[in-house]
Amino acid sequence: MFEHDILIIGAGLAGLRAAVEGVRNGLDVAVVSKVHPVRSHSNAAQGGINAPLTDRGDDWEDHAYDTIKGSDFLADQDAVEIMSTEAGRAVIELERMGVIFTRGEDGKLGTRAFGGQKVARTFFVGAITGSALLHVLYEQSLKLGLNVYEEWFVTKLIIEDGVCRGVIAYDIKNGELHTIKAKAVIMASGGNGRVFEPSTQSLICTGDGMSLAYKAGVPLMDMEMIQYHPTTLARTGILLSEAARGEGAYLLNSNGERFMEKYAPDYMELASRDVVSRSEQTEIDEGRGINGNVLLDLRHLGRDYIEKRLGYLQEVSLEFLGIDMAEKPVPVRPGMHYIMGGIKTDVNGLTEIPGLYAAGECANVSVHGANRLGANSLLDTVVFGRRSAEHAIEYLKSVGPNSKSENDLKLEKERIQSVLDRPKGENIAKVREDMAKNMTKGIGVWRDQKSIEGALENLTNIKNRLPNISVENKGKFFNTNLIFALELEFMVDNAEAIIHGAITRKESRGAHFRTDMPERDDKNWLKHTLIYYDVNNENNVRVETIPVTITKWEPIKRVY
Amino acid sequence: MGTNKESILMNVNLKVKRFDPGDSDRENWWQEYNIDIHEDSTVLDALIYVREYEDTSLALRCACRASICGSCGMKINGSAKLVCKTRIVAVAPNGEQIIVEPMGNHPVVKDLVVSLDTFFNQIKRVKPYLQTDHVPESGEYIASNESMENLLTAMNCIMCGCCVSDCTVLEVDDNFIGPAALAKAWRFIDDPRDSKKEDRLKDLNDEDGGVWDCTRCMQCVEVCPKGVAPMDKIMELRDQAIEIGLNNTNGARHAEAFYESVGHSGSLDELRLPIKTFGIFNIKELIKLIPIGIKSQLVGKRPPIFHKNIPGVENIRKIFERYRK
Repeated sequence: MFEHDILIIGAGLAGLRAAVEGVRNGLDVAVVSKVHPVRSHSNAAQGGINAPLTDRGDDWEDHAYDTIKGSDFLADQDAVEIMSTEAGRAVIELERMGVIFTRGEDGKLGTRAFGGQKVARTFFVGAITGSALLHVLYEQSLKLGLNVYEEWFVTKLIIEDGVCRGVIAYDIKNGELHTIKAKAVIMASGGNGRVFEPSTQSLICTGDGMSLAYKAGVPLMDMEMIQYHPTTLARTGILLSEAARGEGAYLLNSNGERFMEKYAPDYMELASRDVVSRSEQTEIDEGRGINGNVLLDLRHLGRDYIEKRLGYLQEVSLEFLGIDMAEKPVPVRPGMHYIMGGIKTDVNGLTEIPGLYAAGECANVSVHGANRLGANSLLDTVVFGRRSAEHAIEYLKSVGPNSKSENDLKLEKERIQSVLDRPKGENIAKVREDMAKNMTKGIGVWRDQKSIEGALENLTNIKNRLPNISVENKGKFFNTNLIFALELEFMVDNAEAIIHGAITRKESRGAHFRTDMPERDDKNWLKHTLIYYDVNNENNVRVETIPVTITKWEPIKRVY
Repeated sequence: MGTNKESILMNVNLKVKRFDPGDSDRENWWQEYNIDIHEDSTVLDALIYVREYEDTSLALRCACRASICGSCGMKINGSAKLVCKTRIVAVAPNGEQIIVEPMGNHPVVKDLVVSLDTFFNQIKRVKPYLQTDHVPESGEYIASNESMENLLTAMNCIMCGCCVSDCTVLEVDDNFIGPAALAKAWRFIDDPRDSKKEDRLKDLNDEDGGVWDCTRCMQCVEVCPKGVAPMDKIMELRDQAIEIGLNNTNGARHAEAFYESVGHSGSLDELRLPIKTFGIFNIKELIKLIPIGIKSQLVGKRPPIFHKNIPGVENIRKIFERYRK
């Protein structure tokens, strides 16, 4: 049995930022991650990180309002106020840690424009901002001597007397199962893109943390809010950053028209992501697409500019599609990218279970509401990663010692052995693909009662197949076959919460656009949907709603 | 969305080197897989297909599929690559068999999965974090954009380990810090915000396995999937070490002797080069050279005792003069 003050699940930006805070305060902190920290999906963020820096004429209230309008007024405004007021400090701190932000003429940090915001306030490192931030936080973790359980996979949260006390984790390298006790646990396990197919997300984004918390009794909030990114590469679905449009790229239909003129005359290509994705899909559906895509045109930016400011995008376009962006427009289409929903937390990252915190994409504070602005996710990770750790540090002062019980370990050993012992049955990848394609079909850019019910019916079918999937590989060493089986169970929980969120919300708001109910309904639906795992209810699901927190921005019609 | 209707399948033949620490009967073995897959696929797509549908025991690491996470370094046909950005048509244009092996110079954990523990320990050796003694009173550090953009070439490193895999020095000397860690060191040494430039250079110069151990074989530049060009960074570190007066190493003396000899006579004085490199009083090292001397005498390869100027040496001297200015 291992033991720490704070255990963090996930070594992406939220997890590492939380860890740095804990170690700096002299605590015994450890991170458990199923991949090495620098492999985490934070890497994939390209465009930048938002911050309203007052010393250059920006105002936190403007950023907060852009964020709230972007969220289609579903974000909790107290949480957004915190994120906006702490953003400047967070970005400056990252710079001082060593991030090589692109600069302006005056040697200060430079900015680029991003969607849904009238002011250019996105700080960036070429088109590799996430990777640059992740590597710098990893550097800090090396400097501080952070303890990392690398390639350990968490299978269960330990909850004793209603308090979170650690995890059970499986060492992928040798197949051993262990108890790691902690006085506080911070979930920073990222998104669940693999629930959909295709998705821009990494193969490791299987919603583990959301499922673990859900099964422990914590509600998942606004899970129907799935962001489809407007520019994912044709065929492969690889992300092409909003930075391209931030730097001036056009979106064209098959007639060569900048079609955003029709949908968002004021913001054009830089409207909110949900708006741009729907506009693209409309063009494609009405026959003005090119093989199911529209075109992203960067040619007028010039080769030098593209290679300097958007080098990674050019690399991706060349390597995966063989298209030189300086010469030809790139075919793109909307693709599943991010989940605004997640583990419900308060503004300190605390969940409904004492000792259990959540931060980053797996959490829902909620600062993104029904649609996240580009470059707000990196900000979310560092602000709420730090705040979770700060609150956990206070909580540690009042919490008693951990018990010596290893009961959960015994139960998990038996459960995992039973998965390994199943007779030959269904193929894991096949079942996942069936689930994920149906999720994209039912919970897509557009949805309606019929499509959502279709997704539910299919998921019920998937759940029935789940006990029949088999793990053919019985080996102890690096048995990814077993990991995929366990991940699939997590993904099914995520899919279930997403579908129930979508069925519950009887309106269109942000990313949740129902063609059968196309209007936003503030009278009835200025509310969050909460999905609880509840064995006493039908399908083991209980749905509740709570009102949105409004501080000073009354909802108005959202026009770009 | 979904599968493209016009997708054309192609046959791919993979030959994969396997290893299982749980299998005591065999050390490692080769296994062939024949699959049909979309013609635009990458080697990673093919390996994932095998792992999902043909052989669930095959172990490999992969995550982002977009050449940014650095998980999927492997040897393809003998040279290290990120398999997610290696298209099948690029390595097997005529349907040739594709040989897939784990990266070199990293111990194998299982199949295509290697241990990067040593790799990351070498990164730690260069103190890979900003060290500064002049924190600004408020706001960010002020630095020119050029100085920051310059560092981006090294910041592109995703720590995939490909450079270390194919490093010819590490094959024979596992104490060498290695190309990735040295490129990381360069990133801090050239960072105008860092205050430890001299200490860092001194460590890399003095330390066994430091900047002078590179043999300039170019392999790391060749295989780096992110254009980091580690060897170029190592050469810059050597120059910078000499510039700040760190010339009391075999490497620095070797470079200096090379420069002097060619600058003076137009060609390399191979007889005096080792003496100048090790120093005339370094009897221990010089004795070690005696067998090589005898051998070269026997096969008629001994350099001439009197080193002569080459014809047209004036022109070479002029080039050197111009360079000095």
